[in-house]
Amino acid sequence: MGAQMRVYRQRIKSVNSIKKITNAMELIAAARVIKARQRAAEAVPYTTALTRAVSAVATNANEDHPLTRTKETAERAGLVIITADRGLAGAYSSAVLKESAQLIERLRAEGKEVVPYLVGRKAVSYYNFRKREFAAEWSGFTDAPTFENAVEIADRITGDFLKDTAQGGHDEIHIVYTRFRSMVKQEPRVLRLLPLEVVEADAATDAQDDVDLSVRQYEEGQLPPQYSFEPNANEVLDALLPKYVRNRVYTCLLSSAASELAARQRAMKSATDNAQELIKTFERLANQARQAGITQEISEIVGGADALADAKKK
Amino acid sequence: MSSLKVEMVAADRKVWEGEARFVRARSVEGDLGILPGHTPLLGVLAGAEVAIEGLDGVRHTATVDGGFLSVDSDVVTIVAEHVDVSGSQHAANG
Repeated sequence: MGAQMRVYRQRIKSVNSIKKITNAMELIAAARVIKARQRAAEAVPYTTALTRAVSAVATNANEDHPLTRTKETAERAGLVIITADRGLAGAYSSAVLKESAQLIERLRAEGKEVVPYLVGRKAVSYYNFRKREFAAEWSGFTDAPTFENAVEIADRITGDFLKDTAQGGHDEIHIVYTRFRSMVKQEPRVLRLLPLEVVEADAATDAQDDVDLSVRQYEEGQLPPQYSFEPNANEVLDALLPKYVRNRVYTCLLSSAASELAARQRAMKSATDNAQELIKTFERLANQARQAGITQEISEIVGGADALADAKKK
Repeated sequence: MSSLKVEMVAADRKVWEGEARFVRARSVEGDLGILPGHTPLLGVLAGAEVAIEGLDGVRHTATVDGGFLSVDSDVVTIVAEHVDVSGSQHAANG
Protein backbone atom coordinates (compact mmCIF):
# COMPACT_ATOMS: atom_id res chain seq x y z
CA MET A 1 0.00 0.00 0.00
CA GLY A 2 2.72 2.45 0.99
CA ALA A 3 4.56 2.24 -2.29
CA GLN A 4 1.67 3.32 -4.49
CA MET A 5 0.70 6.15 -2.22
CA ARG A 6 4.25 7.42 -2.15
CA VAL A 7 4.28 7.56 -5.95
CA TYR A 8 1.11 9.64 -5.97
CA ARG A 9 2.41 11.98 -3.27
CA GLN A 10 5.58 12.53 -5.27
CA ARG A 11 3.64 13.41 -8.40
CA ILE A 12 1.41 15.81 -6.51
CA LYS A 13 4.51 17.52 -5.20
CA SER A 14 6.08 17.92 -8.63
CA VAL A 15 2.87 19.09 -10.27
CA ASN A 16 2.52 21.58 -7.44
CA SER A 17 5.89 23.11 -8.14
CA ILE A 18 5.14 23.27 -11.87
CA LYS A 19 1.93 25.02 -10.99
CA LYS A 20 3.81 27.59 -8.96
CA ILE A 21 6.07 28.33 -11.92
CA THR A 22 3.28 28.64 -14.47
CA ASN A 23 1.31 30.77 -12.07
CA ALA A 24 4.26 33.13 -11.64
CA MET A 25 4.75 33.29 -15.41
CA GLU A 26 1.11 34.12 -15.85
CA LEU A 27 1.39 37.01 -13.44
CA ILE A 28 4.56 38.31 -15.08
CA ALA A 29 2.98 38.14 -18.53
CA ALA A 30 -0.11 39.90 -17.24
CA ALA A 31 1.96 42.74 -15.86
CA ARG A 32 4.02 43.04 -19.03
CA VAL A 33 1.08 42.94 -21.39
CA ILE A 34 -0.31 46.04 -19.73
CA LYS A 35 2.99 47.78 -20.32
CA ALA A 36 3.17 46.58 -23.91
CA ARG A 37 -0.31 47.88 -24.64
CA GLN A 38 0.59 51.17 -23.07
CA ARG A 39 3.62 51.45 -25.30
CA ALA A 40 1.51 50.65 -28.33
CA ALA A 41 -0.91 53.39 -27.29
CA GLU A 42 1.94 55.84 -26.77
CA ALA A 43 3.18 55.28 -30.31
CA VAL A 44 -0.17 56.21 -31.80
CA PRO A 45 0.29 60.03 -31.85
CA TYR A 46 3.45 59.64 -33.92
CA THR A 47 1.74 57.29 -36.35
CA THR A 48 -1.17 59.66 -36.66
CA ALA A 49 1.01 62.68 -37.30
CA LEU A 50 3.14 60.83 -39.80
CA THR A 51 0.21 59.37 -41.70
CA ARG A 52 -1.45 62.73 -41.83
CA ALA A 53 1.69 64.34 -43.19
CA VAL A 54 2.29 61.64 -45.78
CA SER A 55 -1.24 61.87 -47.08
CA ALA A 56 -0.94 65.65 -47.15
CA VAL A 57 2.09 65.38 -49.40
CA ALA A 58 0.42 62.71 -51.45
CA THR A 59 -2.63 64.85 -52.15
CA ASN A 60 -0.57 67.95 -52.86
CA ALA A 61 2.29 66.54 -54.85
CA ASN A 62 2.68 64.19 -57.69
CA GLU A 63 4.34 61.48 -55.73
CA ASP A 64 6.76 59.29 -57.55
CA HIS A 65 9.26 57.88 -55.17
CA PRO A 66 11.38 54.72 -55.30
CA LEU A 67 9.60 53.48 -52.20
CA THR A 68 6.15 53.78 -53.74
CA ARG A 69 6.97 52.59 -57.23
CA THR A 70 5.51 49.22 -58.09
CA LYS A 71 7.57 47.19 -60.49
CA GLU A 72 5.63 45.47 -63.24
CA THR A 73 7.39 42.17 -62.83
CA ALA A 74 8.19 41.31 -59.28
CA GLU A 75 10.86 38.64 -59.14
CA ARG A 76 11.94 38.59 -55.55
CA ALA A 77 9.96 39.22 -52.41
CA GLY A 78 11.28 39.84 -48.92
CA LEU A 79 9.28 38.49 -46.03
CA VAL A 80 9.66 39.70 -42.47
CA ILE A 81 8.36 37.17 -39.96
CA ILE A 82 7.81 38.38 -36.41
CA THR A 83 7.73 35.64 -33.79
CA ALA A 84 8.60 35.32 -30.11
CA ASP A 85 11.99 34.82 -28.51
CA ARG A 86 10.69 32.33 -26.01
CA GLY A 87 8.11 29.62 -26.15
CA LEU A 88 5.37 28.89 -23.63
CA ALA A 89 3.05 31.24 -25.43
CA GLY A 90 0.61 28.74 -26.83
CA ALA A 91 0.26 28.79 -30.59
CA TYR A 92 1.59 32.33 -30.94
CA SER A 93 4.78 31.61 -32.88
CA SER A 94 3.47 28.63 -34.78
CA ALA A 95 0.44 30.58 -35.96
CA VAL A 96 2.73 33.22 -37.45
CA LEU A 97 4.97 30.61 -39.03
CA LYS A 98 1.96 28.84 -40.51
CA GLU A 99 0.65 32.09 -41.94
CA SER A 100 4.06 32.87 -43.40
CA ALA A 101 4.33 29.39 -44.93
CA GLN A 102 1.06 29.97 -46.73
CA LEU A 103 2.24 33.33 -47.97
CA ILE A 104 5.54 31.87 -49.16
CA GLU A 105 3.65 29.21 -51.08
CA ARG A 106 1.43 31.80 -52.68
CA LEU A 107 4.35 34.03 -53.64
CA ARG A 108 6.24 31.07 -55.08
CA ALA A 109 3.18 30.11 -57.10
CA GLU A 110 3.32 33.60 -58.57
CA GLY A 111 6.86 32.85 -59.63
CA LYS A 112 8.61 34.99 -57.05
CA GLU A 113 11.68 34.08 -55.12
CA VAL A 114 11.06 34.49 -51.39
CA VAL A 115 13.72 35.73 -49.00
CA PRO A 116 12.78 35.53 -45.31
CA TYR A 117 13.93 37.96 -42.63
CA LEU A 118 13.39 36.56 -39.17
CA VAL A 119 12.54 38.34 -35.95
CA GLY A 120 12.56 36.31 -32.75
CA ARG A 121 14.49 33.20 -31.77
CA LYS A 122 11.54 30.91 -32.44
CA ALA A 123 11.56 31.70 -36.15
CA VAL A 124 15.34 31.40 -36.27
CA SER A 125 15.34 27.95 -34.70
CA TYR A 126 12.46 26.89 -36.94
CA TYR A 127 14.48 27.81 -40.02
CA ASN A 128 17.75 26.46 -38.70
CA PHE A 129 16.19 23.13 -37.79
CA ARG A 130 14.82 22.74 -41.28
CA LYS A 131 18.09 24.00 -42.75
CA ARG A 132 16.33 26.71 -44.70
CA GLU A 133 18.03 29.86 -45.81
CA PHE A 134 17.19 33.30 -44.52
CA ALA A 135 18.60 36.74 -45.13
CA ALA A 136 18.85 38.17 -41.65
CA GLU A 137 17.73 37.62 -38.10
CA TRP A 138 17.00 39.85 -35.15
CA SER A 139 16.18 38.58 -31.70
CA GLY A 140 16.30 39.38 -28.03
CA PHE A 141 13.68 42.09 -27.88
CA THR A 142 10.38 40.61 -29.04
CA ASP A 143 8.48 41.16 -25.81
CA ALA A 144 9.66 44.76 -25.41
CA PRO A 145 10.80 46.18 -28.74
CA THR A 146 12.33 49.64 -28.82
CA PHE A 147 12.18 52.10 -31.64
CA GLU A 148 15.86 51.42 -32.34
CA ASN A 149 15.06 47.78 -33.08
CA ALA A 150 12.46 48.88 -35.57
CA VAL A 151 14.89 51.32 -37.18
CA GLU A 152 17.46 48.56 -37.60
CA ILE A 153 14.99 46.24 -39.28
CA ALA A 154 13.36 48.93 -41.38
CA ASP A 155 16.64 50.36 -42.64
CA ARG A 156 17.89 46.94 -43.62
CA ILE A 157 14.79 45.99 -45.59
CA THR A 158 14.47 49.44 -47.15
CA GLY A 159 18.09 49.16 -48.25
CA ASP A 160 17.48 45.75 -49.75
CA PHE A 161 14.32 46.96 -51.41
CA LEU A 162 16.09 49.85 -53.09
CA LYS A 163 18.86 47.67 -54.51
CA ASP A 164 18.60 46.56 -58.09
CA THR A 165 16.82 43.25 -58.57
CA ALA A 166 19.87 41.93 -60.38
CA GLN A 167 22.03 42.68 -57.34
CA GLY A 168 19.84 40.88 -54.88
CA GLY A 169 17.31 43.63 -54.33
CA HIS A 170 13.68 42.94 -53.57
CA ASP A 171 10.68 43.97 -55.57
CA GLU A 172 8.31 43.83 -52.67
CA ILE A 173 8.43 43.37 -48.92
CA HIS A 174 5.77 41.69 -46.84
CA ILE A 175 5.58 41.52 -43.11
CA VAL A 176 3.85 38.81 -41.11
CA TYR A 177 2.97 39.91 -37.62
CA THR A 178 0.33 39.26 -35.02
CA ARG A 179 -2.35 41.79 -34.62
CA PHE A 180 -3.50 42.45 -31.11
CA ARG A 181 -7.26 42.74 -31.08
CA SER A 182 -8.01 42.01 -27.45
CA MET A 183 -6.61 40.05 -24.53
CA VAL A 184 -8.28 36.93 -25.88
CA LYS A 185 -7.97 37.49 -29.59
CA GLN A 186 -4.76 37.86 -31.52
CA GLU A 187 -4.46 36.97 -35.16
CA PRO A 188 -1.55 36.62 -37.53
CA ARG A 189 -1.71 39.09 -40.36
CA VAL A 190 0.14 39.90 -43.53
CA LEU A 191 0.96 43.45 -44.49
CA ARG A 192 2.61 44.55 -47.67
CA LEU A 193 5.14 47.03 -46.45
CA LEU A 194 6.87 47.98 -49.68
CA PRO A 195 6.24 49.36 -52.18
CA LEU A 196 4.25 51.72 -50.02
CA GLU A 197 0.77 52.56 -50.97
CA VAL A 198 0.38 56.22 -50.25
CA VAL A 199 -3.27 56.46 -49.56
CA GLU A 200 -5.66 59.19 -48.62
CA ALA A 201 -6.17 59.78 -44.95
CA ASP A 202 -9.38 57.79 -44.50
CA ALA A 203 -8.14 54.87 -46.59
CA ALA A 204 -5.09 54.76 -44.37
CA THR A 205 -7.29 54.14 -41.36
CA ASP A 206 -8.61 51.01 -43.01
CA ALA A 207 -5.20 49.74 -43.91
CA GLN A 208 -3.91 50.24 -40.39
CA ASP A 209 -6.99 49.68 -38.37
CA ASP A 210 -5.05 48.05 -35.58
CA VAL A 211 -3.87 51.47 -34.53
CA ASP A 212 -6.58 53.94 -33.98
CA LEU A 213 -5.74 56.67 -36.41
CA SER A 214 -7.95 59.57 -35.66
CA VAL A 215 -7.03 61.28 -38.87
CA ARG A 216 -8.83 64.50 -39.33
CA GLN A 217 -11.66 63.94 -41.71
CA TYR A 218 -12.45 66.47 -44.35
CA GLU A 219 -16.05 67.09 -45.21
CA GLU A 220 -17.24 65.99 -48.60
CA GLY A 221 -16.29 68.62 -51.14
CA GLN A 222 -14.04 70.44 -48.73
CA LEU A 223 -10.54 70.40 -50.00
CA PRO A 224 -7.66 69.64 -47.71
CA PRO A 225 -5.50 72.72 -47.25
CA GLN A 226 -2.92 73.57 -49.84
CA TYR A 227 0.28 73.08 -47.97
CA SER A 228 3.44 74.86 -48.79
CA PHE A 229 6.45 72.64 -48.49
CA GLU A 230 9.85 73.36 -47.25
CA PRO A 231 12.18 72.86 -49.07
CA ASN A 232 9.83 71.26 -51.65
CA ALA A 233 7.26 68.49 -51.88
CA ASN A 234 9.64 65.87 -53.22
CA GLU A 235 12.24 66.43 -50.56
CA VAL A 236 9.58 66.36 -47.87
CA LEU A 237 8.42 63.04 -49.28
CA ASP A 238 12.02 61.81 -49.32
CA ALA A 239 12.30 62.59 -45.65
CA LEU A 240 8.92 61.24 -44.69
CA LEU A 241 8.69 57.90 -46.41
CA PRO A 242 11.63 56.17 -44.70
CA LYS A 243 10.19 57.35 -41.38
CA TYR A 244 6.85 55.98 -42.42
CA VAL A 245 8.39 52.57 -43.09
CA ARG A 246 10.17 52.60 -39.73
CA ASN A 247 6.98 53.53 -38.01
CA ARG A 248 5.07 50.75 -39.75
CA VAL A 249 7.68 48.23 -38.60
CA TYR A 250 7.58 49.66 -35.09
CA THR A 251 3.79 49.38 -34.88
CA CYS A 252 3.98 45.79 -36.10
CA LEU A 253 6.60 44.97 -33.47
CA LEU A 254 4.57 46.57 -30.70
CA SER A 255 1.39 44.84 -31.73
CA SER A 256 3.23 41.52 -31.91
CA ALA A 257 4.79 42.07 -28.50
CA ALA A 258 1.43 42.71 -26.90
CA SER A 259 0.03 39.65 -28.66
CA GLU A 260 2.93 37.50 -27.54
CA LEU A 261 2.46 38.45 -23.91
CA ALA A 262 -1.29 38.02 -24.05
CA ALA A 263 -0.85 34.60 -25.64
CA ARG A 264 1.68 33.67 -22.97
CA GLN A 265 -0.58 34.81 -20.20
CA ARG A 266 -3.42 32.71 -21.56
CA ALA A 267 -1.22 29.67 -22.12
CA MET A 268 0.15 29.91 -18.60
CA LYS A 269 -3.30 30.36 -17.15
CA SER A 270 -4.53 27.16 -18.74
CA ALA A 271 -1.34 25.38 -17.66
CA THR A 272 -2.02 26.44 -14.09
CA ASP A 273 -5.61 25.30 -14.36
CA ASN A 274 -4.53 21.97 -15.79
CA ALA A 275 -2.02 21.51 -12.99
CA GLN A 276 -4.75 22.17 -10.47
CA GLU A 277 -6.93 19.57 -12.17
CA LEU A 278 -4.07 17.09 -12.18
CA ILE A 279 -3.41 17.63 -8.48
CA LYS A 280 -7.06 16.93 -7.75
CA THR A 281 -6.96 13.69 -9.71
CA PHE A 282 -3.80 12.54 -8.01
CA GLU A 283 -5.14 13.42 -4.60
CA ARG A 284 -8.20 11.29 -5.24
CA LEU A 285 -6.04 8.41 -6.42
CA ALA A 286 -3.81 8.77 -3.39
CA ASN A 287 -6.82 8.77 -1.06
CA GLN A 288 -8.17 5.73 -2.81
CA ALA A 289 -4.85 3.94 -2.42
CA ARG A 290 -4.76 4.87 1.27
CA GLN A 291 -8.30 3.67 1.80
CA ALA A 292 -7.59 0.44 -0.02
CA GLY A 293 -4.58 -0.07 2.20
CA ILE A 294 -6.62 0.52 5.36
CA THR A 295 -9.34 -1.82 4.19
CA GLN A 296 -6.81 -4.48 3.48
CA GLU A 297 -5.19 -4.04 6.88
CA ILE A 298 -8.56 -4.32 8.63
CA SER A 299 -9.51 -7.44 6.76
CA GLU A 300 -6.11 -8.91 7.54
CA ILE A 301 -6.56 -8.17 11.27
CA VAL A 302 -10.10 -9.50 11.28
CA GLY A 303 -8.99 -12.53 9.37
CA GLY A 304 -6.12 -13.05 11.78
CA ALA A 305 -8.39 -12.68 14.82
CA ASP A 306 -10.89 -15.14 13.34
CA ALA A 307 -8.17 -17.64 12.72
CA LEU A 308 -6.91 -17.28 16.32
CA ALA A 309 -10.43 -17.65 17.72
CA ASP A 310 -11.02 -20.74 15.60
CA ALA A 311 -7.75 -22.24 16.85
CA LYS A 312 -8.67 -21.63 20.51
CA LYS A 313 -12.08 -23.31 20.13
CA LYS A 314 -10.54 -26.53 18.99
CA MET B 1 -5.40 87.03 -30.01
CA SER B 2 -5.66 83.52 -31.31
CA SER B 3 -3.15 80.96 -30.23
CA LEU B 4 -1.43 77.93 -31.62
CA LYS B 5 -2.17 74.41 -30.55
CA VAL B 6 1.16 72.71 -30.38
CA GLU B 7 1.81 69.01 -30.26
CA MET B 8 5.28 67.58 -29.99
CA VAL B 9 5.54 63.91 -30.77
CA ALA B 10 8.42 61.44 -30.59
CA ALA B 11 8.35 57.96 -32.07
CA ASP B 12 7.38 56.30 -28.83
CA ARG B 13 5.47 58.95 -26.93
CA LYS B 14 3.76 62.29 -26.98
CA VAL B 15 6.29 64.70 -25.53
CA TRP B 16 4.35 67.86 -25.06
CA GLU B 17 0.99 69.34 -25.88
CA GLY B 18 -0.40 72.74 -25.19
CA GLU B 19 -1.23 76.21 -26.31
CA ALA B 20 1.44 78.58 -27.47
CA ARG B 21 1.79 81.95 -29.10
CA PHE B 22 5.02 81.36 -30.93
CA VAL B 23 7.02 78.41 -32.19
CA ARG B 24 10.54 78.55 -33.50
CA ALA B 25 12.20 75.66 -35.27
CA ARG B 26 14.99 75.17 -37.73
CA SER B 27 14.13 73.60 -41.05
CA VAL B 28 16.74 72.33 -43.46
CA GLU B 29 16.54 75.70 -45.18
CA GLY B 30 16.81 77.89 -42.16
CA ASP B 31 14.95 79.12 -39.11
CA LEU B 32 11.19 79.12 -39.13
CA GLY B 33 8.99 81.20 -36.89
CA ILE B 34 5.36 80.22 -36.60
CA LEU B 35 2.73 82.65 -35.33
CA PRO B 36 -1.02 82.11 -35.25
CA GLY B 37 -2.58 82.38 -38.68
CA HIS B 38 0.35 80.81 -40.49
CA THR B 39 -0.31 79.28 -43.89
CA PRO B 40 -0.43 75.46 -43.99
CA LEU B 41 3.14 74.27 -44.08
CA LEU B 42 5.00 71.02 -44.05
CA GLY B 43 8.69 71.41 -43.45
CA VAL B 44 11.58 69.05 -42.92
CA LEU B 45 13.45 69.93 -39.75
CA ALA B 46 17.15 69.94 -39.20
CA GLY B 47 18.55 68.47 -36.02
CA ALA B 48 18.35 71.49 -33.76
CA GLU B 49 16.56 73.14 -30.92
CA VAL B 50 12.85 73.86 -31.09
CA ALA B 51 11.46 76.60 -28.90
CA ILE B 52 7.84 76.97 -27.96
CA GLU B 53 6.61 80.06 -26.18
CA GLY B 54 3.55 79.22 -24.16
CA LEU B 55 0.63 81.53 -23.52
CA ASP B 56 2.02 82.30 -20.08
CA GLY B 57 5.27 83.49 -21.59
CA VAL B 58 7.20 80.44 -20.47
CA ARG B 59 9.59 79.24 -23.10
CA HIS B 60 9.96 75.49 -23.54
CA THR B 61 12.82 74.15 -25.56
CA ALA B 62 13.62 70.70 -26.82
CA THR B 63 16.19 69.24 -29.13
CA VAL B 64 15.01 67.16 -32.05
CA ASP B 65 17.04 64.90 -34.31
CA GLY B 66 15.36 65.97 -37.52
CA GLY B 67 11.81 65.02 -38.28
CA PHE B 68 9.27 67.46 -39.59
CA LEU B 69 6.86 70.17 -38.65
CA SER B 70 3.37 70.66 -39.94
CA VAL B 71 1.13 73.68 -39.57
CA ASP B 72 -2.53 73.46 -40.44
CA SER B 73 -5.18 75.91 -39.22
CA ASP B 74 -3.21 76.92 -36.13
CA VAL B 75 -2.39 73.36 -35.19
CA VAL B 76 1.35 72.85 -35.11
CA THR B 77 2.69 69.33 -34.99
CA ILE B 78 6.38 68.77 -34.42
CA VAL B 79 7.35 65.23 -35.17
CA ALA B 80 10.75 63.68 -34.63
CA GLU B 81 12.00 60.21 -33.89
CA HIS B 82 13.89 61.39 -30.85
CA VAL B 83 13.13 64.41 -28.78
CA ASP B 84 15.37 65.50 -25.94
CA VAL B 85 13.66 67.71 -23.40
CA SER B 86 16.41 67.89 -20.86
CA GLY B 87 17.13 71.48 -19.94
CA SER B 88 13.72 72.73 -20.97
CA GLN B 89 11.60 75.48 -19.46
CA HIS B 90 13.06 78.85 -18.80
CA ALA B 91 11.16 82.07 -18.55
CA ALA B 92 11.30 84.24 -21.63
CA ASN B 93 13.08 87.53 -21.27
CA GLY B 94 10.65 90.30 -20.52
